[in-house]
Amino acid sequence: MALQNANPVIHERKATRRQRPSIGDESAVEEIDALEHLRDIRDPEHPYSLEQLNVLAEEGIEVDDKQSSVLTLPRLRVRKIPGKLFVCGSWIILAVNKQLNDKERVVAAMENPYLAQTVRDCLAPLEEYE
Amino acid sequence: MEAIQELEGHTDRVWSVAWNPVASSSNRSVLASCGGDKTVRIWEGDCSDSSSSSSSWNCKAVIDSFKRTVRSCHWSPDGKLLATACFDGIGAVWEDVGGDYECVATLEGHENEMKSIAWSASGTLLATCGRDKSVWIWEMEAENDFQTVSVLNGHSQDVKTVLFHPTEDILVSSSYDNSIKVWAPDPNGDDWSCVQTLAEPNQGHSSTVWSVAFDADGKRMVSCSDDLLLVVWDTSTNPLESSWLSFIILLPLIFKFCLFRKHLCTLSGYHERTIYSVHWSRRSGLIASAAGDDAIRVFAEANDPSYTSRAVFSMVGKQQKAHSTDVNCVRWHPKDDDILASAGDDGLVKLWRILS
Repeated sequence: MALQNANPVIHERKATRRQRPSIGDESAVEEIDALEHLRDIRDPEHPYSLEQLNVLAEEGIEVDDKQSSVLTLPRLRVRKIPGKLFVCGSWIILAVNKQLNDKERVVAAMENPYLAQTVRDCLAPLEEYE
Repeated sequence: MEAIQELEGHTDRVWSVAWNPVASSSNRSVLASCGGDKTVRIWEGDCSDSSSSSSSWNCKAVIDSFKRTVRSCHWSPDGKLLATACFDGIGAVWEDVGGDYECVATLEGHENEMKSIAWSASGTLLATCGRDKSVWIWEMEAENDFQTVSVLNGHSQDVKTVLFHPTEDILVSSSYDNSIKVWAPDPNGDDWSCVQTLAEPNQGHSSTVWSVAFDADGKRMVSCSDDLLLVVWDTSTNPLESSWLSFIILLPLIFKFCLFRKHLCTLSGYHERTIYSVHWSRRSGLIASAAGDDAIRVFAEANDPSYTSRAVFSMVGKQQKAHSTDVNCVRWHPKDDDILASAGDDGLVKLWRILS
C-alpha cells in the first residue's frame, strides 16, 4: 500500500520538559502533560513520531476540561492516526473527539485484536521514557 | 440515599442491571447484571438486608458462554425469560431450567455490535438495535422461535437503546445521531415505520442520546444524553390532554398520527459528565440518573402531574462517588419504592435505599 506521505519532512524532537509551570496555571500543566503523552506516539504508517512529523506541536494543543478531551488545533495534513481515523481540518477533530469520548464505541473497537495491537504498537515508544 | 449492598463478582465493568419484575417481592429479589467480562450474573437476596456480614445476597447463576461484552439484559414481563444483547451482534433469550440458564432462542441479523434489547408489554415482541444503525423487531411465532418482523433503518448513526411503551405496541429508539425516533406498526399491520423523530429542533438533544425511560403509564418519557441534559417528553397518546388550541391545529394530523410527542421540560446544570442511564420509578414517580461523573441523582416532580402541558422537576438526591468511576446503569426496584440498583465501571453492582 503506497504511503500517502512517502517522503515526510522530519522535524526535530524537542527535549522532554521536566520543569512545570507555576501552580495555579492548571490548564498549562495539562497541556504540557498532554504533549508529553502524545508527542511520542508513532504514526502507524511511518517509523517517526507524531511530533517528528509535525502533526503535533505544543502551540497546537488545547485541553478541554469539561469534555475531558484533548483537542489538537489543526496544522494537520491528511493522514491516519491509530486505527481508522482520518484527520483533516478542525471539523474532523470534533467528529473524532465524539468517537473517542464514546467509551462504549472505544471499548467495542478495542475488542478487535488487530486494532488493539495497532494502538499498542503506536504507544510503545512511550514506555522507553517511563 | 444509603448503600445497602455491594455485589462483587464481575471481573470487568458492569454495563446493565435488570430486576426480575415478577420474582422480586418484598423479601426476595432477583437481579440480572451483565458486562465486559462477557458474563451475565443472576443475583438473589433480600433487599431489607442492610448488613453485609449477614447478607442473604448471593450470585445464583452465571451465564458465561458469550464471546464478547454483554451490553444489555432485559427480563420478559412474565419474568420467565431473560433477553441479552451482545457485542457479537447476536441477541439471546435465556430460561431458568432447574437453576441453570439455557439459551432457548437466538436473534441473528445485526452486522456488528448489538447495544440494546427490549421486550414489548405483551411479551410477544422483542426489539434490538446496534452500531449498524438499524432497529429490528422480532415476534415470537411459536414457543421460543423468534422471526424478524421489521428491519428499521432511519437513524444515521449507532443506535444505543430501544424501549417499548409500557402499554402500547410503540417502540422508541435513541442514537449517537442525537435523535430519538418513535416507531409504530403501519395501519395494515405488516410493517413498522418511524412516526416521529425528536431531535434538536424539537428542543431535543445536541449529542448522543444514551437512554430513555417511560413513566408508569407511558404518558411521559425522559431521555438522557452526552449533552449533560435530561429531557422530559409528553408522550400521551390522547391529544385531547394537550391544550385545546393544539388540538384544533392537530385535528388533521390526529387521524394519521395519533401519537404526538412534545417537549415538556429540560433538566440542565446538574450533571458534569455524560449521562448513561435514566429510569423512572413506576411506583414513586422518581427519576434516577447514572452519569460518568460517578454520581447517581434522583429527581422528583415539583408540580401537579395532572397539569400536563408543563412539568417542573427538581433534584432531591445525589450520591457522589456512588461508584469509584462511571455509573453505567440505574434501575428502580419493581415493587419496593425506595430501592435502586446501579452498575459501574468499577465492576460492582450496588443496591441503594432512598432515605426520605
